[in-house]
Amino acid sequence: MTGTHASNQRSSSSSAESAGSKVLDQAGMSWFLATARHRVENLFEPGSFVEFLPPSERVVSPHLDTFGLPSAFDDGVIVGRARLDGTDVLVAAQEGQFMGGTFAEVSGAKLVGLLRAARDNAELPRAVLLLLDSGGVRLQEANAGELAVAEVMRAVTEARSAGVVVVAAVGGRAGAFGGAGLTAATCSAIVVSEQGRIGVTGPEVIETNKGVEEFDSKDKALVWSVVGGRNRRLLGGADIYAEDSFDGFRKAIGEALKRASPFSLKSLRAEQKRLAKRAKRFAACEQAVDMWKELRVPDPAAIRDMDDASFIALLEKHGETSHDAR
Amino acid sequence: MTVWDGQKNERERRLRDGRHLAKGKVVASADATRLLEAIIRPGDRVCLEGDNQKQADFLAQALVQADKSRIHDLHIVQSGIVLPEHLDLFEKGIATKLDYSYSGPQGGAVARLLNSGKVELGAIHTYIELFARYFVDLTPHVAITVARQADRDGNLYMGPNVEDSPVVVEATAFKQGIVVAQVNEIVAKLPRVDVPGDRVDFIIETPQPFYVEPLFTRDPAAITETQILMAMMTLKGIYQPYGIKRLNHGIGFNTAAIELLLPTYAEKLGLKGEICTHFALNPHPTLIPAIETGWVTQIHSFGSEVGMDAYMAARPDIYFLGRDGAMASNRMYCQVAGLYATDLFIGATLQIDLAGNSSTVTQDRIAGFGGAPNMGSDPHGRRHPTDPWLKAGREASSAHPKLSRGKKLVVQMIETFGKGLSPSFVEKLDALSLAEKLKMELAPVMVYADDVTHIVTEEGIANLLLCRDADEREQAIRGVAGYTEVGRGRNKRKVEELRARKAILRPEDLGVNPLDVQLSMLAARSVKDLMTWSGGLYDPPAKFRNW
Amino acid sequence: MQTLKLRHRAVGPLKGKRNTGIVGVVASGNCEALFERTPSEKTCEVDIRTSVVGFDEVWKLVVADFVERASPGGIRVSINDGGATPDVVMLRLMQGAALMEGN
Repeated sequence: MTGTHASNQRSSSSSAESAGSKVLDQAGMSWFLATARHRVENLFEPGSFVEFLPPSERVVSPHLDTFGLPSAFDDGVIVGRARLDGTDVLVAAQEGQFMGGTFAEVSGAKLVGLLRAARDNAELPRAVLLLLDSGGVRLQEANAGELAVAEVMRAVTEARSAGVVVVAAVGGRAGAFGGAGLTAATCSAIVVSEQGRIGVTGPEVIETNKGVEEFDSKDKALVWSVVGGRNRRLLGGADIYAEDSFDGFRKAIGEALKRASPFSLKSLRAEQKRLAKRAKRFAACEQAVDMWKELRVPDPAAIRDMDDASFIALLEKHGETSHDAR
Repeated sequence: MTVWDGQKNERERRLRDGRHLAKGKVVASADATRLLEAIIRPGDRVCLEGDNQKQADFLAQALVQADKSRIHDLHIVQSGIVLPEHLDLFEKGIATKLDYSYSGPQGGAVARLLNSGKVELGAIHTYIELFARYFVDLTPHVAITVARQADRDGNLYMGPNVEDSPVVVEATAFKQGIVVAQVNEIVAKLPRVDVPGDRVDFIIETPQPFYVEPLFTRDPAAITETQILMAMMTLKGIYQPYGIKRLNHGIGFNTAAIELLLPTYAEKLGLKGEICTHFALNPHPTLIPAIETGWVTQIHSFGSEVGMDAYMAARPDIYFLGRDGAMASNRMYCQVAGLYATDLFIGATLQIDLAGNSSTVTQDRIAGFGGAPNMGSDPHGRRHPTDPWLKAGREASSAHPKLSRGKKLVVQMIETFGKGLSPSFVEKLDALSLAEKLKMELAPVMVYADDVTHIVTEEGIANLLLCRDADEREQAIRGVAGYTEVGRGRNKRKVEELRARKAILRPEDLGVNPLDVQLSMLAARSVKDLMTWSGGLYDPPAKFRNW
Repeated sequence: MQTLKLRHRAVGPLKGKRNTGIVGVVASGNCEALFERTPSEKTCEVDIRTSVVGFDEVWKLVVADFVERASPGGIRVSINDGGATPDVVMLRLMQGAALMEGN
């Protein structure tokens, strides 16, 4: 084999032939790797996203400076409105890479403000998307952060009571832990991807408090099998499973908007009942895979290695795991 | 009277000493140390494979346990110093002299041993160079090899990890040495024969399968944006204009980034079929997406990689397989292929000096060379022309086109600052300081200045072929050395002149859009993605599984 | 925290019509850079807030090179830095300029 074509392409390569930012189909890009801004810029109908309090407003944390820490111009939360496949929505996206996507004074207020606006204004979109990516409360602003979590949860339930559908989507680096895990639980529906991790107490905290024998946070496979998206979806802790791509999340969120169940005392009671049943049913299970066996999933050990398409196909066949008791 | 068969007689004596421990060729694992004590003599040259990947770990432990009064002053001649036991041999005084190639995982320990004076170092070789010396002046008296299976006649089956064994065994067996093999199991019939039994004297079935180091698995999730930028520049600034089809990639995240950009970025550039079709390369998992999208015509491998067996077996059009269907590697052949039949080597390094010499040695680590200096050198014995080789030759020389040899492209890819913000560009290599300290005759230089043709950093590409004198070379190197002392010491006017002549190319000169530089551009984002690309055939090692 | 205010003359105004743009994230080894148009077409202002003290010289060099490479006249760049290495800072600056030059 010898090279058969003349290689005089330097001139053509230096002419700025525009690879452009569309080299890869944006639709196939990873949700997990994307920044919050990348997510809001690519999830919606092109040009439809309008940001409230954009970075140029410089609404930053009043506290981080005291700790010698750099602020972010959006304090790690992007809020705005947009259109998703023809549906008007309000959206909040946490940036998991900035301070772990944490709840704090400003970032919390942006979330609360958005949810309350939805609650109070019937002319605003009747759907709110929370693109969660957060380890919980920002330690440097712990009081404001804890308060923010409580206010967000209250605002979610109030908005839902007012007829707003609130969908949480989890699939970023920080997952949804602490206040974000609690917030997710209050939503109308939860979308999760394989990489999405949902929990209240993070694996490291469990290990610190209960010992490594109880939970080895360095055993990534163990952590994944417990808090990861597939287990959460199989047990009903999340409602809709998304492939880790913009297309995947767009599709899953669209489905969640349609499927979200009404919020009432009746639905809460039903959920409580199902949760009690679930706690009993899996009480004896030592490993996540035991729970999947208990769910009568065929070949439960194969779940961790299968691709997203196979897992989604499996979910379609096993309707028993598809209910909204979380 | 002249004795012509002294070596043969010596071999017979040793075999006799060993045979009382054997049934036929089979020795019980419990007798391993006694066997080695019986067949090895003080001062012997011993090769204890010791490859890049597979390890005769059981027999390494057995040799460490040998009685020092019976075995001492061994001269270890093996390519890889990989296991702690390899160093224990020197700590215990069983071995005193060392000629080797690669010590990646033990780089720190090797540096300490050299400092302590417990090792008399012959030389650090490239693989092919050490193998060559097996046939000239470093022929082993005893070779300790390792295989998956043996039959009772001593035939050996190694699966994809054939690696160094054929060359080690031939050099030893044909020069009246003794060959011992540790095997995972003894079976009646082998799937294929990698080493014929008449070259093997003793076999030992071990309690545990031998250890294989997963060396070539790079988690796509650990690739940085800067590495993606450099990979894009390399594709547009080197692979595309030279039309690089036949090549070798070093280990590292930079080259992994190139592999993962083939089905995305390079596809959009229309380069499929134009570049990266034929590889001399270990089975890198990060090449799976490119293989699956039809980029790659064929790959010959030095060794194997943990978890790739089933994938390779299912892609016989791509890899070299034995009749049993399993991949068959060979480090000697593949190194020769990489030397003579590729047009480009690209790899990472740790330090580059103002002339362009590069080294991976630091004051406290001697990782050795492996194959890089061989891949990364211009073979003056090459005579067959290819377009990239001729183009590089023309850039380098103004002699008559029909009389000027071509040139292999040797590319060093390096971020201007390494770990802990240590500058990658230096006035004096650590390798040189170390050589002075240890009174070595040669500084352990990975790629010499006269072999390197291009240096790629995040700041740009320096095309050293287009530099006409030492001063231009220095300025071209300074011109891509970023904000290191070396980079800041540039002559700005000269650097701009070099840029005007395309001896320096910036990302904007290449039309690399900075907005394209994003992690999502990689064809796989995780080891799990690689597995998915492979249709579940790739079975990643446990330490890379985070799901 | 350290603040640096750098002012440069650019050859000409940065192309494009986009008024603001932001690239990067404030994280370890990373930074965000907010780009805004200013009326003065030949100046480029770069304001940096960084948690890593003592790298003034490198910041100055990086910004000077950026101004030379991208000619970002009429632009104010505001950087929040989480300890980005020079290669990352330059990448963010070039990305920001490319973003502003786009649609």
